Amino acid sequence: MADTLLDIKNLKIEATAYPPGEPPQDITIVEGVDLRLEKGKVLGLIGESGAGKSTIGLSAMNYGRGGVRITGGEINLNGRDIRKLSLRGLRAMRGAEVTYVAQSAAAAFNPAKKLMEQIVEATLAHKRASKKEAEARAVELFRKLGLPDPESFGNRYPHQVSGGQLQRAMTALALCPQPDLVVFDEPTTALDVTTQIDVLAAIKEAIADTGVAALYITHDLAVVAQVSDNIMVLRGGNMVEYGSTEQIINDPQEEYTQALVSVRSIEHEEKQPAPEPVLKVQNINARYSGTKFDVLKNVNVELSPGQTLAVVGESGSGKSTLARVITGLLPPRDGKIIFDGRELNADQASRPREDLRELQMIYQMADTAMNPRQTVGTIIGRPLEFYFGLKGRKKRERIQELLDEIELGEGFVDRYPAELSGGQKQRVCIARALAAKPKLIICDEVTSALDPLVADGILKLLLRLQKIEDVAYLFITHDLATVRAIADSIAVMYQGEVVRYGTKSDVLAPPFDAYTDLLLSSVPEMKLGWLEEVIAHRRMESAGH
Amino acid sequence: MGLVGKLLAQRIALGLLLLFLVSILIFVGTQILPGDVAQSVLGQSATPEALANLRAEMGLDQPAITRYFAWLGGVLTGDLGTALTSGQDIATSIAGRLANTLFLAFWAALISVPLAIFLGLLAVRYRDRWPDKLISAVTLASISIPEFLIGYLLMYFIGVKLGWAPSVATIYDSMSLGEKLQAIALPVAVLTLVVLAHMMRMTRAAILNVMQSAYVETAELKGLSMFKIIWRHAFPNSIAPIVNVVMLNLAYLVVGVVVVEVVFTYPGMGQYLVDHVSKRDVPVVQACGLIFAAVYIGLNMVADIVSILANPRLRHPK
Amino acid sequence: MKYIPLSALVGLAITAAYFLMALFAPVISPYGMAEVVGSVWEPSSAEHLLGTDNIGRDLLSRMIYGGRTTIFIATAATILSFTTGAILGFLAAVLGGLWDQVLSRFVDLLMSIPTLIFALVVLSVMPVTIPVLIVVMGLLDSTRVFRLARAVAVDINVMDFVEAAKLRGEGRGWIIFREILPNALSPLVAEMGMRFIFMVLFVSTLSFLGLGVQPPGADWGGIVKENKDGIVYGIGAALYPAVAIATLAISVNLVADWILNRTTSLKGGRGG
Repeated sequence: MADTLLDIKNLKIEATAYPPGEPPQDITIVEGVDLRLEKGKVLGLIGESGAGKSTIGLSAMNYGRGGVRITGGEINLNGRDIRKLSLRGLRAMRGAEVTYVAQSAAAAFNPAKKLMEQIVEATLAHKRASKKEAEARAVELFRKLGLPDPESFGNRYPHQVSGGQLQRAMTALALCPQPDLVVFDEPTTALDVTTQIDVLAAIKEAIADTGVAALYITHDLAVVAQVSDNIMVLRGGNMVEYGSTEQIINDPQEEYTQALVSVRSIEHEEKQPAPEPVLKVQNINARYSGTKFDVLKNVNVELSPGQTLAVVGESGSGKSTLARVITGLLPPRDGKIIFDGRELNADQASRPREDLRELQMIYQMADTAMNPRQTVGTIIGRPLEFYFGLKGRKKRERIQELLDEIELGEGFVDRYPAELSGGQKQRVCIARALAAKPKLIICDEVTSALDPLVADGILKLLLRLQKIEDVAYLFITHDLATVRAIADSIAVMYQGEVVRYGTKSDVLAPPFDAYTDLLLSSVPEMKLGWLEEVIAHRRMESAGH
Repeated sequence: MGLVGKLLAQRIALGLLLLFLVSILIFVGTQILPGDVAQSVLGQSATPEALANLRAEMGLDQPAITRYFAWLGGVLTGDLGTALTSGQDIATSIAGRLANTLFLAFWAALISVPLAIFLGLLAVRYRDRWPDKLISAVTLASISIPEFLIGYLLMYFIGVKLGWAPSVATIYDSMSLGEKLQAIALPVAVLTLVVLAHMMRMTRAAILNVMQSAYVETAELKGLSMFKIIWRHAFPNSIAPIVNVVMLNLAYLVVGVVVVEVVFTYPGMGQYLVDHVSKRDVPVVQACGLIFAAVYIGLNMVADIVSILANPRLRHPK
Repeated sequence: MKYIPLSALVGLAITAAYFLMALFAPVISPYGMAEVVGSVWEPSSAEHLLGTDNIGRDLLSRMIYGGRTTIFIATAATILSFTTGAILGFLAAVLGGLWDQVLSRFVDLLMSIPTLIFALVVLSVMPVTIPVLIVVMGLLDSTRVFRLARAVAVDINVMDFVEAAKLRGEGRGWIIFREILPNALSPLVAEMGMRFIFMVLFVSTLSFLGLGVQPPGADWGGIVKENKDGIVYGIGAALYPAVAIATLAISVNLVADWILNRTTSLKGGRGG
């Protein structure tokens, strides 16, 4: 049996919840979880939000965030139970034996101190190296992690470097004291997909080079499959399945794990463009007031009735701005929006009610898209009343029909948004859009705030509704897996321009332009060794040129 | 330095503009009523001729704009006009009193600022334990009683019942510093109590805000000692909010001074102002109002300047 | 189930008691407000529970009537401050642009003078009557309500559900009253408590300085002024208002705290 580094037994973690209008109560976040990690190995902790994965990760440092308390079990690290350590003992362990990489490096770095000072701080505080050695080690790590100007990188302040660079600097911070274990808490989640792949590769190499063990926490199974030796699947604070990465990916035993692996296997037959599009975006240029550059540059796209146009891009590509221009919230500097054969007024306030009705919108955050003080009945009923003058029994019947369509049963009419789950909220938003009987619905990242299984359900619902209602979708997303699942045509946006546009099969077939190639190849795939393949491929290409 | 310099220049210019607008506001505020100063000097029974004479003498027959600029010109050259009730030069009367008020405020600030920051830190250190709860309870009590009543409570219990300090704070120029300090012991105590509560509460909130940030968690997970966490990570980011709290409360002290001076019959600006408000002596009220407002605006400006200087994003631009 | 913490219950009970006392002052006070019923500064006795004041009036009756005046002025000024501040604040947030700029800058200007100082400047030329006091206090204080109401409304105004209502084509009335107001109510009601306390302290301070309620009318600040000379002789008559003001203020505070904590925050925690 190999050397055991971390051995957690029967872990129980509780927190105090403060529900509004009720007395505070204790809730159990994690119960009865066992976990074993050998020296030099990487264990992936995967689960949806609320699965308790971050909490378990931090328990390896015997640390509870906010009001979270570890109330039961053993946490054996290097052969001793760290739950029994004194405060002094805990401090000696934290930052030396175990270190931590946070999800948001931008918040985790002190804005008032230079990076180098913060990166070597733990090493110096635990006297694990002299200042000179520690700084030399940090520079070496910067080089390994692919940071620019490794010699002088540490002289910068956190706000002077990019998000992807900060995340790598945080990894350097964690590796500098030469710990036995690093806890990576969703280190790439906040990054764009093309940045994520570089950071992921850098982290993987650094782990391999230093021989450190790691807990890698993420919600993305495809990501964790690239870096870990073993995977533990968590749900609602309990373990669902544990096994080698190969077994979890290729031969999942539990139904939940199977669902996670096969997610986004939606079948959708691509439709060909119709001669008369419902939406024509022509030569749009737009900029925000007070700025001096265009965020949309000569954008042209078309969308056929009853079909889906996916607009793909990373943050800053202008894809959400395009939605604001079409809805009239941001009148363009020039260009036209032709909707159902007529030109729309540039400014939303001057559009006739019929135009507003036929063009609906669904938002990314269902939480903020619904008034928390209105019931589901009011939220769905308002468009019925506003556009069609429905009242009383007729309105109630129509609301119930809509609720049935979005697969929510009886009894939802009187609920408030706070009483719904994330997926249910998004369904209500869909019903509100459908209530207007629109010809086009703009879906702005509607699944990106949802857990993968819930997101899948929403996508299936949208596809089914499209068939029944014959409504067109303009689907804005950064997630290529979603695009593959539902699009009929695709527009790839980069820095305000449409760099590639056509039917799905055309856009996703080679030859690619440089950006689309980068984007497509950066999306993590649910298979072992994908990361190595891509990196090797890219190195070959750059060597060839 | 360019960006910071530009921001500082902007902030100072804004302060001056604000002061100019405030002078207009104060002038207009005293012109609301149809009756005028001459009327209030001579009373209801004055003959029209006497009124007209006095008005001409005081320049009240001029349009308001002319009078405003005459007044502003005087203020800028140190001439605050003469008091209606006593005929004395206002600038001369104010000079000594302003010094007394600043003397009082200085000692109150000297005691309350370090004490408030210390207690605020204590409340954070023992958060949700009894020192924190005690501090919040005392805070709640002291912001629920007006300053003048705190004054009389102290006067009654400490000044009269216990006899530890004089109940009336009269000071003369001939007194030694020690005698003066003994005389102002009670008013200083009241002012300290009044601002302490606010300052403590705000300091606590400002530090807690910093302590709950992700970079402090990072420091904790580095295994640093409490002292190092506070000194290296919390403190540098707390300077701006704490200075803000201090300045805001010193501004508050300026208002507290007015009432406390009346309670202890202390010969300062506040008592001078209140006296002349009752006597409807408009030139004095205008002068005092403007000085108080200037101090208030100045303190707020200092707070903003410190915030600009303490912001690493501005000091080290990309 | 509605859960009300003990502190809020106590606060509610005491606040209610004070308001009832104010309403029924003539019924419950043992003597008339300005009636001289004994000699100067009598100690407390069975006839005069709190003793008598500086000219021999029953102090308990003075306190009850004084509470009535103080609470009335504070309530009226709070209502004025609130309606003015909240309406203008909401309008500034929803209309935006020039309206917002003009209103906000004017409020900044007003707030750059300490409220008490500005009140003194204005009162130096105004007749000191109760309606004037209410108007001066209410308008000066509405600047704070304006800032809060505007900030809350601006926060809500940028939320997606308001944008959704705009995209639907809803009018300004629906957006203000059906989308923004219901979500802004809790912080505003809590603030209303704080403004009321401030008004009680403010009117007491003005009366104490001789610029508030004029004799023979009674209010808590005025009672301190009338009896302050007794302090140096060890007579504590001037201190009763301290107890009254403090208990009222603390009670209202407890209620306001509860209202504020009871409601879910729209934005949720910091930084998610």
